[in-house]
Amino acid sequence: MLIIPCPWCGPRAEQEFHFAGEPKARPVPAEQVSDQTWAHYLYHRSNEKGAHRELWSHAHGCGRWFVMERDTHTHQILSTKAPA
Amino acid sequence: MTATRLAHGGNIDRQKPITFTWNGRVMTGFAGDTVASALLANGVRIIGRSFKYHRPRGIMAAGADEPNALVDLTHGVRHEPNARATTVLLEDGMQISVIQGWPNVDWDIFGVLDLFHRFLPAGFYYKSFFKPNWGFYENAIRRMAGLGRAKTSADRRKFDARVDHCDVLIIGGGMAGICAARAAISAGLNTILVEDRPHLGGRLNWCGRVIDGMPADQWAQQIASDLNCRVLTNAVAFGYYDHNLIGVMETVQTSDPDCGDARLWQIRARHVVLATGAFERPLLFADNDRPGVMLADAALCYVRHYGVLVGDRIVIATNNDSGYESAIGLAQAGAEVTVVDIRPIAGGIQQRAEMVGVRVLPSARVIKAIGRTAVTAVDIRTNRGSHIRIDADILASSGGWSPAVHLFSQSGGKLRWDDGTLTFVPDQSPQAVRVIGAANGTFDPAASMSEAIAAINAIAPEKVSWSLPALSQTEKSVAIEALWQDPDIIGRQWVDFQNDVTFKDIALAASENYVSVEHLKRYTTLGMATDQGKTSNVIGLAIMAQLTGREIPAVGTTTFRPPFVPVSLGAMAGSRFGPLHSPLHQLPAHQSHQKLGAEFREYGGWWRPAFYPRNSEDAFATIQREAKAVRAGVGLLDASSLGKIAVRGKDAAEFLNLIYYNELAKLKTGRLRYCFLLRETGVVYDDGVVARLADDHYLLSPSSSHTKGVLDQLELWHQTEYPSMQVSFHNLTSAYATISIAGPQSRTLLARMESGIDLSDQALPHMSLTHGTMMGHKVQLARVSFTGERAYELTMPAGQGRTFWEHLMNLGQDLGITPIGIESLSLLRAEKGYILIGTDTDGLTLPVDLGMAGPLTAKKVDFVGKRSLLTPDAMRPDRRQLIGLRPTDDQFVPAVGSHAILQVDGTRRSIGWITSSAFSPHLNHTICLAMIEGGRGLVEANAHVTIFDRGKTTTARAVEACFFDQQGVRLNG
Repeated sequence: MLIIPCPWCGPRAEQEFHFAGEPKARPVPAEQVSDQTWAHYLYHRSNEKGAHRELWSHAHGCGRWFVMERDTHTHQILSTKAPA
Repeated sequence: MTATRLAHGGNIDRQKPITFTWNGRVMTGFAGDTVASALLANGVRIIGRSFKYHRPRGIMAAGADEPNALVDLTHGVRHEPNARATTVLLEDGMQISVIQGWPNVDWDIFGVLDLFHRFLPAGFYYKSFFKPNWGFYENAIRRMAGLGRAKTSADRRKFDARVDHCDVLIIGGGMAGICAARAAISAGLNTILVEDRPHLGGRLNWCGRVIDGMPADQWAQQIASDLNCRVLTNAVAFGYYDHNLIGVMETVQTSDPDCGDARLWQIRARHVVLATGAFERPLLFADNDRPGVMLADAALCYVRHYGVLVGDRIVIATNNDSGYESAIGLAQAGAEVTVVDIRPIAGGIQQRAEMVGVRVLPSARVIKAIGRTAVTAVDIRTNRGSHIRIDADILASSGGWSPAVHLFSQSGGKLRWDDGTLTFVPDQSPQAVRVIGAANGTFDPAASMSEAIAAINAIAPEKVSWSLPALSQTEKSVAIEALWQDPDIIGRQWVDFQNDVTFKDIALAASENYVSVEHLKRYTTLGMATDQGKTSNVIGLAIMAQLTGREIPAVGTTTFRPPFVPVSLGAMAGSRFGPLHSPLHQLPAHQSHQKLGAEFREYGGWWRPAFYPRNSEDAFATIQREAKAVRAGVGLLDASSLGKIAVRGKDAAEFLNLIYYNELAKLKTGRLRYCFLLRETGVVYDDGVVARLADDHYLLSPSSSHTKGVLDQLELWHQTEYPSMQVSFHNLTSAYATISIAGPQSRTLLARMESGIDLSDQALPHMSLTHGTMMGHKVQLARVSFTGERAYELTMPAGQGRTFWEHLMNLGQDLGITPIGIESLSLLRAEKGYILIGTDTDGLTLPVDLGMAGPLTAKKVDFVGKRSLLTPDAMRPDRRQLIGLRPTDDQFVPAVGSHAILQVDGTRRSIGWITSSAFSPHLNHTICLAMIEGGRGLVEANAHVTIFDRGKTTTARAVEACFFDQQGVRLNG
């Protein structure tokens, strides 16, 4: 179980958090992008071994979402910061 | 000759005798005994039958590595079907019995299987039992093989759980561990020491060494007595998880029948120091599984630590110096000891052994154990190549030591092969962990102590103020010599005792090219028993290396996974079982429903009335009655679990318009709209009614089970995509109770509440809401229906839910008021074709599939999921669409999930399935909702489809997904 440093609350246990996968930039205007671009946004994930960006929310804490960089191989947490 | 209890010595209390039974026979042990030491002291040699061949087996080890001595243990309410006798402390009144063997362990009828061993090689399951299929044989084989049987009754005991944290967690209270603890305390570190045995000191308790001028066991007890930190004994660290979280199971002795015998700890440590020691490996020779064959260090442990001399003529086979340590201890206790060493010369310890009368045969090896139910003699090949037989009642072996790297490996650590000590030792780990002493392959006592200090120094530089004790002069040692399997030995040689894996099985795996370690393990089951191969893994790998001409590191190791030892499921569960496992929400008027005799069920995390049976009514009759009562008069439904999320702010309208499928910016204040919330994939995530309370104030009503999910979605979109919008969300669900009043008499009932609210259809039409005061409390009254009848949702403070419910029930008696549950609601809404998300829809359902295409064309702004509705897939005409089905047989109710099928080339092809089905008491026939490919077209063509229900086929007509009051006359009044 990870110890996650919430950018607002500090280090807390993983069970206080929700995970929502890799943050993806929404292609806009959505109606004008190609089917392929849209499918890529919906379904393609980089699945990195090593440093990987993820969206987490401190669901049972402050309720804020943030971007966490985590090493998927060692589970080392490299950074957490507010979403851009 | 059997084992004897010595008159003195050992860490047992001879003043405290303990009575227990073994297979019904009453026996006596002493406080401090393990089950194994007590059984040995009582002369028990056969402790069980082996897993596959039913061969008699005896106790082999003295700790967690024991592969044979699994017993059935009952002690009051406690029952363990596979207790490891070597680690369970003896308690008064324990009933211990064998888990295998019929009619009894000494004479097992299935022992005949052993005669057919050549027909039962590794993988014989896959080679023999495939015709007609495995299931044909499964029962018989499972009866013959396998471990103990668990009780089927519930275990009512509550197990304790603790959470803790520290600067440094030291695992293992042997020499390295207690030195590290002393150093850590002197450095001012917050320290926890965990040891799986009752006493600190580990092997110091029986090795016979001298430290600081005193016997090692006394030195260890002196250190232990002034360790000023938390010390958990009888506590085994079983799992090493991410970010230095360690799972520890502490065994607790309790006489309380409601209290579990184990306590689970989750300890988070800044630094972990592993001082887990090492496990001795046995040597291979023919029939090395006979009762009386054991590990040399175990024999020494029993004599010095428990005062049990396991035999009086003992042969010790060894390839390293530690076998002599055992020889000395056993000879000093009065046994006649012969050491059979494969090496021409041993270290200085050989002289000391010979001084106490130990006979040493150099350059010799044990080739076979003689005796069937007990060792009687040992066959030896001497240095001159001749064979001799020595009478013996115990044959102990020491094949070197394997560091206990399990926890290190679980931490993500990699192992490295060390040729000098013939061991896998820890290399690198991504976590903050240090390994010291024997666990690190450091077997020299002085070096081990230095490692302990160095580890703490690295954690707290220049803080350690404890200095090393003096060791007695270390003597010259001679290195271990590799001996994995002697190709000259014929006869069966066991590698994994618990799973009955022999050398021959590994050779078979090698010859069939199962040479990778992962294949070897799965094909032969080597190391897959509950002892996780503590005595067998390294030997198995080494034999595979030898057979395939590779180096041992090239064969590799398997990954160690938690738990290190079996952990009680009760301890894992703690108090989280029964009603506390996943506590359900209760409705504010819960007690009122109880009084009305409601039958409760779980709906999306809420404990809600399913229906309210009267007298001896069955479920079907109750649901039909409740449904009829709503359409005839008035029904009352507790809808308090319905979500209530307030959305407020200057940009609330614009934001909701971006999030919801339906147009919400143009919704008038005081009006409601039924809406879909989509995922970006276009799939319908939730449906619900949205109310506009003011220009900048909306109230959402998500499904009961989706409230949290909808709130998460709103926050996610707001915080990540539209952070500049001024809008906030507040979950009010538990602050209010909501009662749904449905039926033609609903307005009459509400009028009696004397609120002054204008209930006329002009003032309060369908899909509108208003506020007022009832019974002195502010209420919200929304006219909205999920039954197709005139209906109102009355919302009041949660604390008033019960009062309002009971008051309404009283007021409506002459109107035939009926409390209704979720099941009749579900029938009523199906008659109207109102969907339930997740029941009538799935993870592929788009709004157009449900017949709601309007907003996609009418709404000009972008919204979540819109782009996905414009893809070619979303516009396919043959998508599954929600329609109604009316079975030809009016009375037959097809099961939900029954498929609609087409016959194509003689095979059935599914074109969709039934999502809801019920018998309608108002229409007097069955109604179904179904998702069918091209369903709209079938309805227009008035076509029939074939339904396949549990092997039977029947037909049904495709109809509109609304069976009742299609014009909505009853709804609008």
